This record gives sequence, C-alpha cells and structure tokens, in this order.
Amino acid sequence: MAKIHIPTPLRQYTGKLAAVDVKAGSVADALAGLVAQHPDLRRHLYTEDGKLRAFVNVYLNDEDVRYLQKEATAVKDGDTISIVPSIAGGC
Amino acid sequence: MLKVTPTHYAEIRRHGEETYPHECCGILLGSTDELGARIVTSTARCGNTRTDSPQNRYNIDPKELVRIQREGRERGEDIIGFYHSHPDHPAQWSPTDLAEAHWLGCSYVITRVAGGKADVTNSFELTGTEEADKAFRNEAVEVG
Repeated sequence: MAKIHIPTPLRQYTGKLAAVDVKAGSVADALAGLVAQHPDLRRHLYTEDGKLRAFVNVYLNDEDVRYLQKEATAVKDGDTISIVPSIAGGC
Repeated sequence: MLKVTPTHYAEIRRHGEETYPHECCGILLGSTDELGARIVTSTARCGNTRTDSPQNRYNIDPKELVRIQREGRERGEDIIGFYHSHPDHPAQWSPTDLAEAHWLGCSYVITRVAGGKADVTNSFELTGTEEADKAFRNEAVEVG
C-alpha cells in the first residue's frame, strides 16, 4: 500500500482523514483510488476535462512527479504521496 | 480567529524586516480548536523562489513545504496557515494574493514592512468551498 497525505483544506472531503492508504501501481492509480474512496475530492483535484489542476502539486516521496514520469510514475508499497496546493502571491 | 504567541508573532514580523525590501514567506503550524480558532504552535521560514520579482511576489517551493509538513506531522502539528510580507505596501491582500491562494480554511498573515520596519500585521482567512467562490475574510489575531 502507498500512503497519500491529504492537505488540511481537503480533509473535509476525506472524513477528516489526514492520510489515505491506497493500493496502486502508479501515481494515476493512486489518485484514482483516492477519488474512488472519496468522490467529493474529484472537483478539487481535477478540472472538468480530467486534468490535474495547475496549482495542485503531487509529490512522490520528496520528488515532484512532473519531473518524474508525471502521473505514470510508478508507485511501490511504502511510498508516500503528498498533495500540495501551491502557495504564492504578492503585493 | 488566529491565536499566536508573542514569540511567534515577533518572529513572523522579524522575518519580514530581515528580507526587506524583498517579500518573506513562511508557514504556520499548529491546530484548530473546537470553536474553529487556529492556534499557532510553530512557524517555519521558507525561501522565496520568486527571484525574478522578490520585492512584490513570493512563492514557496512545494518541496520545502512537503518537508515542513512532514516535520510538523511528526510533532503532531498541521499546516494551518501562511505568512508573507508586503514591503512598503499595505497589510491587505492583493488580487494576486487571492488568485494564488488555494488553502481554503487556512490563515494568510500579511505584514506591511515600511522602510525596513515591520508595521501593521493582519490576518485573512481564505473562505469558500472551491476556487469559484473563494474569498478572503478579515480575521482577528490574538497575540498572547
């Protein structure tokens, strides 16, 4: 199983769970498994055409999956996936 | 409401003075009480990756956030908000701040740093249920 860490704002859609375990072979599988367990998460993670929202960063362990094989990145038991909305702004 | 100790409050403001005339940024960790108040139990300084325009933009490297989130989790803390400075600009959220804010239900603390000295510090809760209806709402800051 891989563990997906849920950021504070999205825990209202996971029954307050801070982490969700999923069985997955890839990042795409893992996120699909997460959304299958907690369907209300879908619109917060994906656009209407099914793409991950631009401000949603997904990290496998300590690496941004954009710089690996994106959602096709392989996941193995014991891996940690973090969903990290971006933090930016300015005056 | 955001509750913060004098030590953490001073740290947030000092960070803005140290990076002036550039924006500082960091993360607030802690918990939420039964009434919904966010209680800061630690702060984490972050680097500003917007080296192209650090005087009026900030961005936290998600990799740094993943690390800080993990370290907080090991101490039993959650991410409850963020802070940044506005060098020589009001301690009010800007359209850029709102457009780039995505942590609904968290606090966004802004300190005006005027001429290198921390001036007003305000906090805003990012309210709403999704991107389409998000809004900043003024929130009280209790220092004590």
